[in-house]
Amino acid sequence: MASNGMKIAIVGGGLAGLAAAMKIAEAGHAVDLFSVVPVKRSHSVCAQGGINGAVNTKGEGDSTWEHFDDTVYGGDFLANQPPAKAMCEMAPAIIYLFDRMGVPFSRTNEGLLDFRRFGGTKHHRTAFAGASTGQQLLYALDEQVRRFEVEGKVKKYEHWEMMSLVLDDHQVCRGLIAMDLQTLELKAFPADAVIIATGGPGLIFGKSTNSMVCTGSAVSACYQQGARYANGEFIQVHPTSIPGEDKLRLMSESARGEGGRVWVPRNKGDVRSPSSIPEKERLYFLEEKYPAYGNLVPRDIATREIFQVCLEGMGIGGQNQVYLDLTHIPAETLDRKLGAILEIYEMFVGDDPRHVPMRIFPGVHYSMGGLWVDFDQRTNIPGLLAAGECDYSIHGANRLGANSLVSCVYGGFIAAPAAIEFAKNVQRNGADGSRIYDQELKLQQEINDKLIKQSGNENQYVLHQEMGKWMTDNVTVVRYNDRLKSTDDKLLELMDRYKRISINDSNLWATMALPHARHLANMLELARVITLGALNRNESRGAHFKPEFPERDDENFLKTTIAEYSGEGPVFSYEPVDISLIKPRKRDYSKGKTETAKV
Amino acid sequence: MPSHPRKTVEIHIHRRANPDSPQYWEQFEIPYRPNLNIISCLMEIQKNPVNKAGERTTPPVWHMNCLEQVCGICTMIINGRARQSCSALVDNLDQPIKLEPMSKFPNIRDLIVDRSQMFDHLKRVHAWVELDGTYDLGPGPRMDQDDVQERYAYSRCMTCGCCLEACPQYEGDNYIGPQAIAQVRLFNMHPSGVMNRSERLEGIMGDDGITNCGNAQNCVKACPMNIPLTRAIYEENRETVLHGLLGWLKG
Repeated sequence: MASNGMKIAIVGGGLAGLAAAMKIAEAGHAVDLFSVVPVKRSHSVCAQGGINGAVNTKGEGDSTWEHFDDTVYGGDFLANQPPAKAMCEMAPAIIYLFDRMGVPFSRTNEGLLDFRRFGGTKHHRTAFAGASTGQQLLYALDEQVRRFEVEGKVKKYEHWEMMSLVLDDHQVCRGLIAMDLQTLELKAFPADAVIIATGGPGLIFGKSTNSMVCTGSAVSACYQQGARYANGEFIQVHPTSIPGEDKLRLMSESARGEGGRVWVPRNKGDVRSPSSIPEKERLYFLEEKYPAYGNLVPRDIATREIFQVCLEGMGIGGQNQVYLDLTHIPAETLDRKLGAILEIYEMFVGDDPRHVPMRIFPGVHYSMGGLWVDFDQRTNIPGLLAAGECDYSIHGANRLGANSLVSCVYGGFIAAPAAIEFAKNVQRNGADGSRIYDQELKLQQEINDKLIKQSGNENQYVLHQEMGKWMTDNVTVVRYNDRLKSTDDKLLELMDRYKRISINDSNLWATMALPHARHLANMLELARVITLGALNRNESRGAHFKPEFPERDDENFLKTTIAEYSGEGPVFSYEPVDISLIKPRKRDYSKGKTETAKV
Repeated sequence: MPSHPRKTVEIHIHRRANPDSPQYWEQFEIPYRPNLNIISCLMEIQKNPVNKAGERTTPPVWHMNCLEQVCGICTMIINGRARQSCSALVDNLDQPIKLEPMSKFPNIRDLIVDRSQMFDHLKRVHAWVELDGTYDLGPGPRMDQDDVQERYAYSRCMTCGCCLEACPQYEGDNYIGPQAIAQVRLFNMHPSGVMNRSERLEGIMGDDGITNCGNAQNCVKACPMNIPLTRAIYEENRETVLHGLLGWLKG
């Protein structure tokens, strides 16, 4: 019986992975769930502002079509339109489902769900639970999956990390190899389908708003085993983060959604305290330049403007900082709607943002690119699916705020039935079944053994730092071809030096050193995909901006970048974008959006 | 707050190579920079694992993830108090800074502990709403914003374990503890969650249940998310007493 012994492996226990696990378990099938941290501690907890869905409870005439159009327009027309449309259509039901699970969404006077504004739209479309919406949504799924765990349908492997896929002789995915992060034991886990839901690769940039597990390592392993990686060059830099020694902490877009204003002193070198600078001597540069959307222009635009202002020496005290000001809003309102993020600012900076404008700067935040998937979340490797930030499918060249949570859940909800469908129909392994697992296990063990044994003079953490600095300096907000080229040369140098690292920990029990060494190798491979994808794309679109090619070039570049692994580096090809629903038009946020023609 | 600028940060770490070996202290010294948190210090030591005496040593290990005090994973004892190491800023700490693993959970290595028992507690108290199914049934029940705000406070629990570390009654997993009781409150306050109230109450009524609370009120002071844990214990204690008295009436 095919379906009786069916098992689906899910790698990653954030929103996308848990959404898929819940659906598969509910359908009565067994799930092995792998996560490097207890799933409740996944990076989804960091999402703050909210989740989008056109529920239209504010009498604004919002619709799922309008949400779809905002998404595609905000993404500068690089997203395939059918899945983006399907996500927007599912979004209200997703929000209602979380409501039923008990997420403490903020309410209106009538006890209905409240919605707030976010970037790139003129509608109140973002449901929110205080300012820790990602945490609340993740907990709801964590609770539901725990229920299935009690029923024996989900088996969790927490503190286990996927090292590689197990592919058969026909390149069909048959399971995976994972490592126990305490014992370093490697083990093969056969599965009839595998869903990758491991999130973004922010750590490639050293410091970002991402959590420490966001290395992109498992995704890179899939890529190196033949999975296509799409639109890697599209990296979202969030306009408002709090620079820190260890990471860039996110300051949610909801701060602007609730009325926060971005400004710098109008006079360069004005060193007065912000409260003693009168209104007319403040430069609200987003409001002046983009009267229609003001502080709620999409992230790529806000980021470039903040970056430019600082480049011109107009940042606070000449530094890379601008004000994000909430002080005009009553403290009680701020506490109710934004409490969690204000606490974060207060905790790490020491100032009270209710009374002193916050100082912020852009930080690497999200990857629009990821594993290539079809409209059912299937990668090009049969039996391998992907969902969430680690897939490329929804956001095009720039993601709108509060669309990530909904895209994670949507991806998980689509991947789950697609994985079940594949698993039902796949030919089970015959007698030669164990051979492919043994082979892959041996290969992975050899990689570990070699790393443990080698004793070169390179320091893996120094290499990581260097990679992060080069990537942040040259492959983020503004990109120049000569610098992209030299960044790739640098990455090749780092790959060479990597061969001479020593893991520097003689105690292998629960060591952090070997896993990090494995991550670093995988991050370097993905870094090249990102950098060379950017080098090849000679236009400016969404988050990808080249002063040498400042315009969007639909004639030559309205196409999806596809990277495939080879021993000599990524091999690039392109495929057309599905623009069958909305005709591409110029993005211009200084004016209201033009009416959309349904084609 | 130090009155003069420091040049170095001195950190003492209570280490252990593996669960079977003894604990020992090791001292480290790293260059001072403004705005360092404990995680940055540990990263610095990890990069170049040399102790204060100048001897090469194994890099200390710890757990970390979000670094925004919302995932709970990096909890450890810092200068005697359980808290998240990401939000512990060197400038606000007395030196030498003493780092120890949490003491109420099995110690894996150095600063890493195994808190899986906390997740097991969540299973016992049925800390979820029993959905009919995940298909589309429209919106959930309407709710008063005041109730939502109280639920939100409980719902911010990141299962970090500070409350259990601070609780004088909690030792060797003998008591289900404040975090699980607060989750009972969270779901019993929900209009659909309340329909499974009995299972949850029974989850906290055994020998290791709510009556173990000695009312020391340490938990509420230790909670980094300011969750009103003592209020949850009070409310649920009342509920369990009523349930014990009247529960049989409902069959």
